[in-house]
Amino acid sequence: MAESLVLRGGTVVHTDRLAREDVLVVDGKITGVGIDIEAPSDARVLDASDCLVGPGFVDLHTHLREPGGEEAETVATGARAASLGGYSAIVAMPNTTPAIDCAAVVAQVLTLGRLTGIDVQVAGALTRGREGHSLAPMAEMAALGVTMFTDDGMGVQDSGLMRRAMEYARGLGVVVADHCEDEALAGTGSMNEGSLSARLGLEGRSALAEEVMVARDLALAELVGCQLHLLHLSTGRSVELVVDARKRGVDVSAEVAPHHLILTQDLCSTYDTLFKVHPPLRTQRDVDALRLALADGSLDAVATDHAPHPPQSKDRPFADAAPGMLGLEQAFALTREALGGASADPIRIFEVLSRRPAAIARLRTHDARLGGHSAHGGDVEVGDDANLCVVDLDARPIVDPERLASRARNTPYAGRVMQGAVRHTIARGDAVVIDGEAQR
Amino acid sequence: MSVASLSGQHLLSIEDLDAEGIEEILEVAEAFGEVEKRSVRKVPTLKGKVVASLFFEESTRTRLSFETAAKRLSADVLSLAVASSSVKKGESLRDTVETIEAMGIDAVVLRHSSAGAPEQVARWVERARVINAGDGSHQHPTQALIDLFTLRQALASAQGRSSEGSGLSIFDGLEILIIGDIRHSRVARSQIQAYTTAGATVSVAAPGTLLPTDLEGWPVKVVDDVDEAVRHADVVSLLRMQEERGSGSFVPSLHEFTMTHGMSEARAANLKPGALMTHPGPMVRGIEIASRVADDPRCLVRQQVANGVPVRMAVLFLALSSSSGGEDG
Repeated sequence: MAESLVLRGGTVVHTDRLAREDVLVVDGKITGVGIDIEAPSDARVLDASDCLVGPGFVDLHTHLREPGGEEAETVATGARAASLGGYSAIVAMPNTTPAIDCAAVVAQVLTLGRLTGIDVQVAGALTRGREGHSLAPMAEMAALGVTMFTDDGMGVQDSGLMRRAMEYARGLGVVVADHCEDEALAGTGSMNEGSLSARLGLEGRSALAEEVMVARDLALAELVGCQLHLLHLSTGRSVELVVDARKRGVDVSAEVAPHHLILTQDLCSTYDTLFKVHPPLRTQRDVDALRLALADGSLDAVATDHAPHPPQSKDRPFADAAPGMLGLEQAFALTREALGGASADPIRIFEVLSRRPAAIARLRTHDARLGGHSAHGGDVEVGDDANLCVVDLDARPIVDPERLASRARNTPYAGRVMQGAVRHTIARGDAVVIDGEAQR
Repeated sequence: MSVASLSGQHLLSIEDLDAEGIEEILEVAEAFGEVEKRSVRKVPTLKGKVVASLFFEESTRTRLSFETAAKRLSADVLSLAVASSSVKKGESLRDTVETIEAMGIDAVVLRHSSAGAPEQVARWVERARVINAGDGSHQHPTQALIDLFTLRQALASAQGRSSEGSGLSIFDGLEILIIGDIRHSRVARSQIQAYTTAGATVSVAAPGTLLPTDLEGWPVKVVDDVDEAVRHADVVSLLRMQEERGSGSFVPSLHEFTMTHGMSEARAANLKPGALMTHPGPMVRGIEIASRVADDPRCLVRQQVANGVPVRMAVLFLALSSSSGGEDG
């Protein structure tokens, strides 16, 4: 830390208003917000003209692959990719090898996270080994600061076990998150089920497989009274189920991945495995419904489901290829596109990428434990921890897989023009990205 | 994505061809059929070319048929038993294919248990032409071409004329009924496209679980009453129950499938005069087709096998002809 820096010329996106203001950061804190603010003579000046300045983004859904999958990504490379995407905090998913299902692995990943430029939080597994048979030691993980538990990669199939997990989580005051796909219905499917999958001769993963699980989780959460977070919803009907449950008072939040807001199943028609993901890319009708739901607040957050894979996991027949795609470095521009491009409301952009996910992951306040972290998703006011991101609305970069910071190359956006770019990222008071270049 | 001609192109799906492209293949196959009748059944057409047959899934007849076709054209044949070698050792499909192409080959005849593998391989190779010899539940284009070729010969012969140069008009308004495991069948997908492109109308009959999950946009009518449909069809195409794709678990028992959808002697007796039956083989006698029906002269299964060679000769010849260059991967 110990650096002082000033962001000059940008438009600050507060919770309820936009303001042409400079932001001064000293020793990890925001110490000044105002017009033409005075800065110490040694302060580093970062140009934010023609940019939005808001709280650093928070990703609820990052696959960092370490331990076990370091060929695809490490905590360090994933955190660097995140910082380039404007993220000051990310939540690492527990489907590593071994799974993050006990305090020892939680501590390993948190410790590796401390060596990066941003705050790396961890989601713990709900069940031992993510096998869906018995509860993981959630209390010992919660004691290290873990606030969200999930078997992501696969949903908890056993409804009785899910109920028990929710009851236990309620007692601990933590969030249960679920990957909603009923495996008996999704089966060996590798793309959205429909006339296209039938024509291509690929087994489908039906929308119903997701919606059945969403309905079950909502019913269980209503019964138990536990806080539920639904991961990567991909169908319009799933959102309707969430909206209905909320009306009945269910404590539920829901995220959507950038790819489900931008891409459709039609991309699978050439059997390009870059477009294989679980839940699968759906129809244009779903994309339209998800965009509306994101704009009107039915969906809480955009979460990347950044899923790095090495080439040998993708250079396979479609049915055998690993599901998942990258997302961290393009999430801002894609979210902006999904919210209307040039007409997207800046306040909503920062709600869905920063303030709401920070609240869901309970990252809005400082925490001093091992899993400790600074405060994210704030209002950009004096006294806040300095986690900020500066986005250039006029930049139109073209995605080049070879220039990604991620170790993996499985982006589905190669050659696509992005509607904006991250210029600077400030995390824990340090400029970790300056002019689109990672500083560490 | 249709192209008029297969010349110099991959053959990945029947969708790659329009009616003229199909007709061209049938006419070239007629000419190669003449070679079969000579004392020296070999032509030097593809001398110096290398055809690799890459079968990632068990097959006897398709493989032999393609390799025979390549040899009749004087091509060198590299036959790679990949199902039992590098793939089992963990090599990715892409590495396997790139390794084989590095040995210098002109065509890859590819059979794979996964849908879309030929299309992926076509993206990965630099100059070789890719011929789909069956991919998962997706496509088996040469089988559909063989069926068209065989039916055209049989129908023309019944009318007392030659099939050569007869175009596709013989298929106009022809009613073709496909019975069996449509859901898992690559043959059915290719047949439906090939028959409708040729001008026929296609109906399908299957237990509810063995129909594709969504038939929207498919040019087919689904019929529930098999017996009634059999009475009206000009051609009945039978399909094998694909146990290796788990089709057995989609019906309570094979016996029940035989009862509801098998071509029994009783059903065959109801066929229209002049109606024909096809089966892509291998037949499972007693399941989808009664043994006596399989041996009935109206069942063209042996002609289909025999015609496999000239049709595949035509496909290899056209795909390796240089009219559209060989460098456009």
